[in-house]
Amino acid sequence: MKIEYNIENNKLHISYFGELDECSAVKVRTATDKIINENSYVKEVIFNLSKLSFMDSTGIGMMIGRYKKLKSMGIVVYTKNPSLSVDKIYQISGLYKIMPKI
Amino acid sequence: MINKMELKFSSLSENEAFSRSVIASFILPLNPTISQMNDIKTAVSEAVTNAVVHGYPDSVGEIVMSCDILNDEIHIKIQDFGVGISDLEQALEPFYTTKGDFERSGMGFTIMKSFMDNVEVESTLNSGTTIKMTKKLSR
Repeated sequence: MKIEYNIENNKLHISYFGELDECSAVKVRTATDKIINENSYVKEVIFNLSKLSFMDSTGIGMMIGRYKKLKSMGIVVYTKNPSLSVDKIYQISGLYKIMPKI
Repeated sequence: MINKMELKFSSLSENEAFSRSVIASFILPLNPTISQMNDIKTAVSEAVTNAVVHGYPDSVGEIVMSCDILNDEIHIKIQDFGVGISDLEQALEPFYTTKGDFERSGMGFTIMKSFMDNVEVESTLNSGTTIKMTKKLSR
C-alpha cells in the first residue's frame, strides 16, 4: 500500500495505491491520520480510490473510523473514482451515505 | 471441468493476500468475469481474515483452504482449528463485532453472503470454525 496526497483550494486529496485489507489497515490508518492531523485546516477530504485495487470489510471499518475523525473536526468527506470491486464494497456497506461519490 | 486443490498455511495476516492470489489463479481457467473474480477474492479474504483475527486471537495456528470446481460451480472451504465462535447467530448479523475498539466493521459475513451464492458456517468452541461457500459462474 502506498499513500499520496495533495492540497488544492483547501481540499485535501488522499490517494491510495494497492490493497487495503487486515494486513495493511493499521499502517494505512496511521499514515492517513498523520496526513489529516498535519493538514487539519482543510474544509474537505477527498479519497481518490482509482488505484485501490482491493478492499474488504477491514477497509470499511477503517474508512468509517476516518469519517468519524474528520466529522469531529468539521471536515466533509468525499469518495472519488473507486474501482469496480471497491465500488461494490462501498455500495453494500452504505459508505457512500457518509462519504458520497463525486 | 472437475478440479480440486487444498492448501495449508499459517494464520498470519500476510497470508490474506496470498490466499486471494491462490484462489484467483486456481479459478482462472473457468474464465470468470472480472466482477465474479473480485467477488470470490473478496469472500475468501473475509473468511481467511476471520480465521486469522478471530480463530487465533492470541496465537498462530493453521488455516486450510480447499476448493472444488465442479463444471461451473466453485466450492470453497476455509477451516481453522482455533477458539471457535461462541454465538454464531450473533456473529452472522451485519455490523456485529467483538472487536469494535479496533475499528472493525462487523461486515465480514455480510460481504461473504452478498458476494457468494451460498455461505455455511460451522463452529465449535475450542475446536475451530469452518466456512463453506459456493458460487455458480453462470453468465
